[in-house]
Amino acid sequence: MRFRLYRYAPESGEKPFMQDVELDIEPAGRMLLDALIAIKAKDETLSLRRSCREGVCGSDAMNVNGRNRLACITPLSELKQPIEVRPLPGLPVIRDLVVDMEPFYKQYRSVKPWLVNEAPEPEVERLQSPEERALLDGAYECILCACCTTSCPSFWWHAETFVGPAGLLQAYRFIADSRDEDAAARLDNLEDPYRLYRCRGIMNCVDACPKGLNPTEAIGRIKSLLVKRRV
Amino acid sequence: MKRALGSHTGTGSWLMQRATALALAVLLPLLAIRLLAALPADYAGWRAAFAPTWVRVAWLLAALSLALHAWVGMRDLLMDYVQPMAARLALYLVVIGTLAGSVIWLMASLWSAT
Repeated sequence: MRFRLYRYAPESGEKPFMQDVELDIEPAGRMLLDALIAIKAKDETLSLRRSCREGVCGSDAMNVNGRNRLACITPLSELKQPIEVRPLPGLPVIRDLVVDMEPFYKQYRSVKPWLVNEAPEPEVERLQSPEERALLDGAYECILCACCTTSCPSFWWHAETFVGPAGLLQAYRFIADSRDEDAAARLDNLEDPYRLYRCRGIMNCVDACPKGLNPTEAIGRIKSLLVKRRV
Repeated sequence: MKRALGSHTGTGSWLMQRATALALAVLLPLLAIRLLAALPADYAGWRAAFAPTWVRVAWLLAALSLALHAWVGMRDLLMDYVQPMAARLALYLVVIGTLAGSVIWLMASLWSAT
């Protein structure tokens, strides 16, 4: 199979370039990550992140034939050749397919992704009704792979100020949680032309999410809550 | 200094863009159908088509909605692509002037020869 890989080694002083690679691999039943690991076995200078190799850890997000996806759950047989593999767009490249995730994590941290509850700790767990728990479905499953946020043009232009789809989905996950007491402050934190309203609803995030989540819907719910609070 | 965010604004603009979109979705087809169904042939015909007050008010409302809708959209565009504050403010003024001028011009045309 034919591959085109984005290569960049900052210490070489050379500009990034696309490297053509031929690999003898049977695509049936294999994922893109298998091919990349086989290429790395032949040329150990190729750098990439991967860990669980089954779509749970979110380490091996990359841009494959123009779409952000997880290499480990992308079947080789589905891909058109030459398979063009690039690092995630919109984040600084450290080397080859490895990007600096800090701008992404910074926005994630900014939404305080933890439960805030000042009430005295109960003897048992803080219980939820099945209905309250159901509100978190579609919001808690995010693995923070950054496929969605780095496919969002608003994040490319405003990585410093726009929270991005992954961060906003997590913000909604805690706003919607019946055990959290900080919804008002969370909405205050988001109500800003840059932090929230850079989202124009183009739904690249929905298209990119390898877990099938819908950040645009969560963003819409945050907007509805802000409107409800105001009118 | 870190960039100060959290201005507690944005919801109003977003709501206004939604509301004006709704107004335009209703008004524009109605007005277009009414005009195209009996397209005036001459000056007197055009005068007659715009004679009822409700027609003029409807056109003015549509133009106002369009201007407000375009203002929010243009402001978003400029926030994305024009970073120097002085240039952005100047362009805001150009956009506001053009949109407000167009609405005033339409109003003047609609009520000029009553």
